[in-house]
Amino acid sequence: MSALLAADPVTGLASMLSQPFVRNALLGGTAIAALSGLVGYFVVLRGQVFAGDALSHVAYAGALAALAAGVDLRFGLFAATIGVGLLLGLLGGRGTADDVVIGTTFAWVLGLGVLFLALYTSSGSSSDGSANVNVLFGSIFGISAAAAGTAAWIAAGLIAVLLLIARPLLFASIDPTVAAARGVPVRLLGPLFLAILGSCVAEASQAVGALLVFGLLAAPAAAAQRLTAEPWRALGLAAVLAVLAMWAGLGLAYAAPALPPSFTIVGFAAAEFAGAALYRALSRPATA
Amino acid sequence: MTGFSFDLVADVEQLLSYHFMLNALRAGTIVAVLAGAIGYFMVLRRQSFAGHTLAVIGFPGAAGATWLGLSASLGYYGFCLAGALAIAALPAAGRLTAGLGGYGDESAAIGTVQALALACGFLFVSLYQGFLSGLTGLLFGSITGVSDGQVLALLVAGIGCLLALLALGRPLLFSSIDSDVARARGVPVRLVGTAFLLVLAVAAAGASQITGSLLVFALLVTPAATASRLTARPGLGLLLSVLIAVAVTWLGEGIAFYSPYPIGFWVTTLAFGSFLLATGYRYGVDRLGRRQPAARLAGQHGEMAG
Repeated sequence: MSALLAADPVTGLASMLSQPFVRNALLGGTAIAALSGLVGYFVVLRGQVFAGDALSHVAYAGALAALAAGVDLRFGLFAATIGVGLLLGLLGGRGTADDVVIGTTFAWVLGLGVLFLALYTSSGSSSDGSANVNVLFGSIFGISAAAAGTAAWIAAGLIAVLLLIARPLLFASIDPTVAAARGVPVRLLGPLFLAILGSCVAEASQAVGALLVFGLLAAPAAAAQRLTAEPWRALGLAAVLAVLAMWAGLGLAYAAPALPPSFTIVGFAAAEFAGAALYRALSRPATA
Repeated sequence: MTGFSFDLVADVEQLLSYHFMLNALRAGTIVAVLAGAIGYFMVLRRQSFAGHTLAVIGFPGAAGATWLGLSASLGYYGFCLAGALAIAALPAAGRLTAGLGGYGDESAAIGTVQALALACGFLFVSLYQGFLSGLTGLLFGSITGVSDGQVLALLVAGIGCLLALLALGRPLLFSSIDSDVARARGVPVRLVGTAFLLVLAVAAAGASQITGSLLVFALLVTPAATASRLTARPGLGLLLSVLIAVAVTWLGEGIAFYSPYPIGFWVTTLAFGSFLLATGYRYGVDRLGRRQPAARLAGQHGEMAG
């Protein structure tokens, strides 16, 4: 397994890429990371990090509900996150850090998740103890070719939709009042974006798990924001940083099998953020 | 263990005859009082997200300590306190980058800390082979695993937290409600904020051992949110928050004892139910007040006179 650490890195890389499970992980992971980086930039810009946090917990409850009911896990993931995302948007929740209603609701949704977990494990028929861990922390090396393909297509579609609404969304995020005055459908964009965020969380849950979605959503975006103030450049940079964290994480996890890929991916994303924050802190005294 | 018999006195007696239930109730009471009181200030200071992150940080602490063969409690307290200091150091950076998305940026930093903490927890769990069955307990809690020593440690930590909260009391309330005026009056706002985060960390670490890292938040935020729906007065709100937290914990533990479903589900559901009731009550009162402004004014006047 640790062929990557062989004397010749080119041969090591070639042997890594010859493994079908690595190719599947790279295909699905790259698409999911690019989507998360783009969506994450808007999440940070709009101050809706807490909503992303809440949706990741909803993803857990949804996935376990699907498992307990015996249907495809992904169905539960998407239905729960898109539904709650739309609900948050329509109820006018801004999803900011002080939103007590969101906090109260997702604490309860997590409780429901525990109930579904108990129902699922006590039903016993397909009692698979690792399913719970996979939903929470992901299993990107276990993703099938079909699942990776589906995840990549969904991610590509969502990226297309996001890029289509990027300009008005950027306007509405930076100054909603002026945007509304200029005729931007601010009230429509809010729920639509939260629905996209919901699907993105459901996608990313398949890669790094419901609890670690945040690493791909918030860390690259926050790093990009520290490196450049120009919105379009920051948007692209967030996607690039997320994809780089995914590749580096997959490579390290392959080279060192003791490390789970979810940990290495999130670790690299957090390192990017720490690096960007350090760069910002060091360059600040000169500019200020 | 016989089932629920609808004879409440006998049922409660039976429940208390088990030592582990007695310990669970003792620990639950300490945790609920702490979470109710500290959660009230957390909601007032709009630090829900920081509270959630602190609760989650306990998970890698406990997993890491178990992996190294140390006591899980040590990991909970150590990591939560370190996390509180890290978050206390963050807002300064957040203020510097204020402006475009400044606030979102700060919570993005907290979110990154949270994701990294969970990822580390998962790493420790995977490194410690065969520990996966304990994972659910760490994340979602259990009522059967509380030892006498843990109850004692919780009691000490709880009393320390409440004393610290009492000492912080007025300046904390002042700086929570209006930090600018408090600063102008000479209240060391930054220091009070850091001290509060440390108290919050100890409370979160203690509560994690009972409810699990992921469900602490339900006890921290929901009773406080319910109380703030019912009254705007700080003293009464604080009291209500503690009472609701204790009631929810007792009921949750009692029902969990007699039902096949886990305690985490019952505690969160009862808490959320009380929040919904309080929200409905507030809605009704507000509607009534809007319809009869004169009566409301008279009521307020009477309240002031009384």
